[in-house]
Amino acid sequence: MPNKTESQWTTVIRPKTGWFDLDLRELVQYRDLVVMFVKRNFVVFYKQTILGPLWILLNPLITTVIFNVIFGGIAKIPTDGVPSFLFYMAGNTLWTLFASCINNTANTFVANAGVLGKVYFPRLTIPVSQVLTALLNFGIQLVMFLCFWVYFAVQGEVRFTLWALALPLLFCQVALLGLGVGIIVSSLTTKYRDLAIAVTFGVQLWMYATPVVYSMNTLGNQPKLAFIVRLNPMTAPVELFRMATLGVGTFTAGQLLYSAACTLVLLTIGVVLFSRIEKTFMDTV
Amino acid sequence: MPETNQNAAPAREPVIEIRGLKKRYRLGQIGGGTLTADLQSWWARVRGKEDPNLKIGTDTRLFGTSFMALNGVDLTVYQGEALGIIGRNGAGKSTLLKLLSRITAPTEGEIRLKGRVASMLEVGTGFNQEMTGRENIYMNGAILGMTKAEVDAKLEEIIEFSECGEFIDTPVKRYSSGMFVKLAFAVAAHLDSEIMVMDEVLAVGDMKFQQKCLSKMSDAAGQEGRTVLYVSHNMSTIRQLCTRCIVLDKGRVVFDGDVEKAIAIYMDTTDVNVARYDLRAVGRQTPSAGKRLLLSELVFAGKESSVFDTAEPMRIAIRYTVQEPFSGVHLKMNLHYRDGTPVGITHPIDLGPAEPGREYARTLVFDPSLLGEGQYFFYLDIFEGVLGQAVCLDKPSVEFQFEVANTDLSIPEWASGWGRIHFPPPAVEP
Repeated sequence: MPNKTESQWTTVIRPKTGWFDLDLRELVQYRDLVVMFVKRNFVVFYKQTILGPLWILLNPLITTVIFNVIFGGIAKIPTDGVPSFLFYMAGNTLWTLFASCINNTANTFVANAGVLGKVYFPRLTIPVSQVLTALLNFGIQLVMFLCFWVYFAVQGEVRFTLWALALPLLFCQVALLGLGVGIIVSSLTTKYRDLAIAVTFGVQLWMYATPVVYSMNTLGNQPKLAFIVRLNPMTAPVELFRMATLGVGTFTAGQLLYSAACTLVLLTIGVVLFSRIEKTFMDTV
Repeated sequence: MPETNQNAAPAREPVIEIRGLKKRYRLGQIGGGTLTADLQSWWARVRGKEDPNLKIGTDTRLFGTSFMALNGVDLTVYQGEALGIIGRNGAGKSTLLKLLSRITAPTEGEIRLKGRVASMLEVGTGFNQEMTGRENIYMNGAILGMTKAEVDAKLEEIIEFSECGEFIDTPVKRYSSGMFVKLAFAVAAHLDSEIMVMDEVLAVGDMKFQQKCLSKMSDAAGQEGRTVLYVSHNMSTIRQLCTRCIVLDKGRVVFDGDVEKAIAIYMDTTDVNVARYDLRAVGRQTPSAGKRLLLSELVFAGKESSVFDTAEPMRIAIRYTVQEPFSGVHLKMNLHYRDGTPVGITHPIDLGPAEPGREYARTLVFDPSLLGEGQYFFYLDIFEGVLGQAVCLDKPSVEFQFEVANTDLSIPEWASGWGRIHFPPPAVEP
């Protein structure tokens, strides 16, 4: 063997070891790739559609109208005295952010197996870019929500509260919660594809356990049900969002903390699972 | 025992150091991916049948339910080297490249790298059909680890190399497959990576472009001081490009050094493409096959592997026994390309009459020179009567695999668009 020169190895590839084996610096190095992915997600989805990005607005708009007709018009679920249209739109907009974070990241490994099996890049760039795409779409939907909000605010029916200052933080928390759940599911789907089917359905059901089409206030006389709904980490964020924008909402500081703690725990579990799976998933996918 | 490189120049800087690398794949109990597959496996076990979800080679690396795809590889690659990696299918070449490009993690051992690795295990990875050529250049560059600024700096060069200039703002789904490959290769070839890893990427594209790519890679290794790892079944491109070559067999490096020697060893290594088949207990394609006449053995005579040079006649020795008298038994070969595409059949041969109780041995000589380079398999079909109203006597469900290797330097790497038949040159009328 030739004499060893003092060398600077840049990469060392070893068998997967620790539980928390994640290189976040690398993710930063690949930020251009994240941006490209976001752009791709955004552009590709609407290529060869007639309405294009208008779909981002149409989806929540139509859903809100339907909620308004079914839950407001037919079931007559009280909306805490604020215009029902705005009430449903608020809940639905925030829920859409959460749901798309989960749905879009849940399929990470399986949907990208082709690319992932051929080339290395930090695998976390895919779910992260999906979440950023969801946030971008959410931003556009938020603008639409604000347009409707202005219409009702001019008539003096709704007003912002000081909680609005906490909103940026809230959006991040919801996105991270979605990311956490999404990457847990995506890690498990490498072994059991059944989960991929279950998740779309599960997210739909989850919505009904969240005060999207009703408010916590309406559950006031059903303490058991209210308790269960409060176990849902998405309950407090939705209520907080309504409190901030519409001035109605029932939550306590404890519930907010609980939701934040859940986010942290789920995200940690997700990242640990993800980093365990990402190195060997090509052998099982 | 691996032979070490005899003519190693002193004081070269190692850029890849592999120590005791092992990769184990679990067999059987991977958990089919869906509950359905798991249930399928279970049902097959209950009926005592072969598990449809099980993939097993016949190999000594199997123990228990695991399979060592790489079984202790040590290798040092120096800067500026163009290292060829050759070996039979299943020898571990692709696994080695996958570990090097960090697609999956090793089970044991360590790889140390100096610099960035650009891996092209398949051209056009990460290309999005809906995006234009230009967008895909950025995308692919980013996937391979370049920043936007780096791609910007090389954009013109990449577009020029790809020969797709006028279509660069068209979605790649409108590209011909040739253009697609050219663009993809252009991106990878212009990456600022210190190490390039390629897995048979040149089998696509036209001849002129192949040569252009080869010389681009030679330049990368020779002049720019980049390190190239190149896997191919095509010996002429290995000869043309590589300065050093290793032979992998059953997950180990069996030779390391001179390219010509490596190729000679590769041609002789045995592998999963066995040269001898015992057919007495294998399955048959019809229930009645093998009852009245039993094909008991097939051997590629005089060979330890089933790799044939285009100019080398294949000698196929078969043995069969019969249970009743036949006035004539006929045999034909059904040839398929390795992906299962039928290539053709041979005209039936009359093996002559047969009497019960005797064992017959026949050696068939088949000329593979009409076949383009690549891996093939054939089924043997023994029947009585004439083709069209034939009654099948024996047809083992065994794919007899062989490989046609090209050692003729005047023929470039066989392109996928060329089909499978290599006709002799048309005659020119005087």
